[in-house]
Amino acid sequence: MTQTISQKQFISAAMDPNKPVPQGIVGPDGGAAPKRFAVYQNNIMVGLKAAMQDGFPAVESLVGKDFFAAMTDIYIRKTPPRSPILALYGAEFAQFIAQFQPAAGLPYLAEVATLEYALRRSYHAADAAPIAAESFENPNVFSARVQFAPAMLVLRFKFPACDIRRAALGGPKPTAQAQDVIITRPDLDPIATAFPSGTAKIIEALQAGMPLGEAIEVAPDSLDLTTFISTLISGAAITKLEYDHV
Amino acid sequence: MTHIEQSLPNSVGVGYKPQHFSDILAGAAPVTWLEIHAENYMGAGGRPLAQLRALSDHFPLSVHGVGLSIGGETRLDPDHLGRLKYLNDWLQPASFSEHLAWSTHDMGFYNDLLPLPYTETTLRTVCDHIDEVQNTLGRQMLLENPSSYLAFAESTLSEVDFLAEVTKRTGCGLLLDVNNVFISATNLQMDARAYIDAFPLAAVGEIHLGGHDEDIDDHGAPLLIDSHGREVADPVWALYQHTIAKSGPKPTLIEWDTDVPEWSVLTAEAQRAADLLTPVSA
Repeated sequence: MTQTISQKQFISAAMDPNKPVPQGIVGPDGGAAPKRFAVYQNNIMVGLKAAMQDGFPAVESLVGKDFFAAMTDIYIRKTPPRSPILALYGAEFAQFIAQFQPAAGLPYLAEVATLEYALRRSYHAADAAPIAAESFENPNVFSARVQFAPAMLVLRFKFPACDIRRAALGGPKPTAQAQDVIITRPDLDPIATAFPSGTAKIIEALQAGMPLGEAIEVAPDSLDLTTFISTLISGAAITKLEYDHV
Repeated sequence: MTHIEQSLPNSVGVGYKPQHFSDILAGAAPVTWLEIHAENYMGAGGRPLAQLRALSDHFPLSVHGVGLSIGGETRLDPDHLGRLKYLNDWLQPASFSEHLAWSTHDMGFYNDLLPLPYTETTLRTVCDHIDEVQNTLGRQMLLENPSSYLAFAESTLSEVDFLAEVTKRTGCGLLLDVNNVFISATNLQMDARAYIDAFPLAAVGEIHLGGHDEDIDDHGAPLLIDSHGREVADPVWALYQHTIAKSGPKPTLIEWDTDVPEWSVLTAEAQRAADLLTPVSA
């Protein structure tokens, strides 16, 4: 009787080039067909590597094509997608990079990966109608609690990750300051805006339900509050101002 | 005999790529309908869904799944099936199709259309999965023939017999990828025309055409790779002509997924298909 090949056998051999091709995989002559089996090995990796390149262009630019290909090869074999929605593949890449010894010379690389993944999350986040800018003219605005659009994301970084990403994609040279980053999606394209370290605390306080007036008291001294608020408004990041009834 | 319940027009469509969005809305002729890969539209919002909403106002849509793993040994992923249902309920597409292949195992999704042997066991599993899909979605689906690079010694059924039996048992329609037939026939040294002649053409609700790459196997024999990255090859056009001469006009899709060209290159391919469809449509 001919041996049946389980899909487990097939995929373990496809994902590990050191494993032999399962017996019973044949060519038209009925003989073994390693090169034919390799088409699947190759297709899987090519498709997933392309997804990683699309998702992490700044990381690729910072380490170069060859390094990126070798690094993603290891990542993909270790962490294949858990879902057919490839738009969200790579969630653990930043964590992987942080532990990846050959990339230790670029200590900011993991943060750039975190930022690129967050931009992708924002791109696919649910739509939500922003409030009109005039809503901020309410004299009681500082007593309001703020609700944010799902596409608004806030990140704290030890490095100037926002500037490094921009420079990696052809922008100006980065500063040397740690940065917090607010991602907004004014229309359909997410924008990452850098703020002084500590700015994320305001957003986090607002997300926890603190009124606007109290939350901005935790702002770092170097923060320009007008820029901060206008980034949120022009970025369509605020969907509701809620007032307690008195 | 399986009756095709879908409503794609018997004319030419293309696989939708976001870079062609403005071109398409400016005037898509000779393209009359669009196919999307379901998995690219499963985010919560943003541009992909906004574009899809706009396109669905103007074109009949075919939703083509690439990740359900209908040929998988294990049960279908209920979350993924739920997402497909959501998309189908929202778009009410003219057609829904998936592949005779598998792509998930345990928790992993391997992003390729992996092959299965054709046996009584796999036939039962595939039919069960299709029953589940059709019951969940509340509609008929089309199942696409794969491109094959290798064979399984354990197979006891031919691919055509397998697909004919699937459509008979489940009432699903078939998506005939003529490029895949040409690839498989070359790779497994079979007769592509004989495959078409044996195929249950009445159950075909859609035809796919796409480009392939050429390589060689372990013994120097030709090994064609389904790449969807170039023009449809001449012998595939000839096989398409042979097919529609027998089947009559069918909704026909040009697939171009990698190295995506300018819209004008894609419409030139679509025009070529339309020119071949016209005489059999009279």
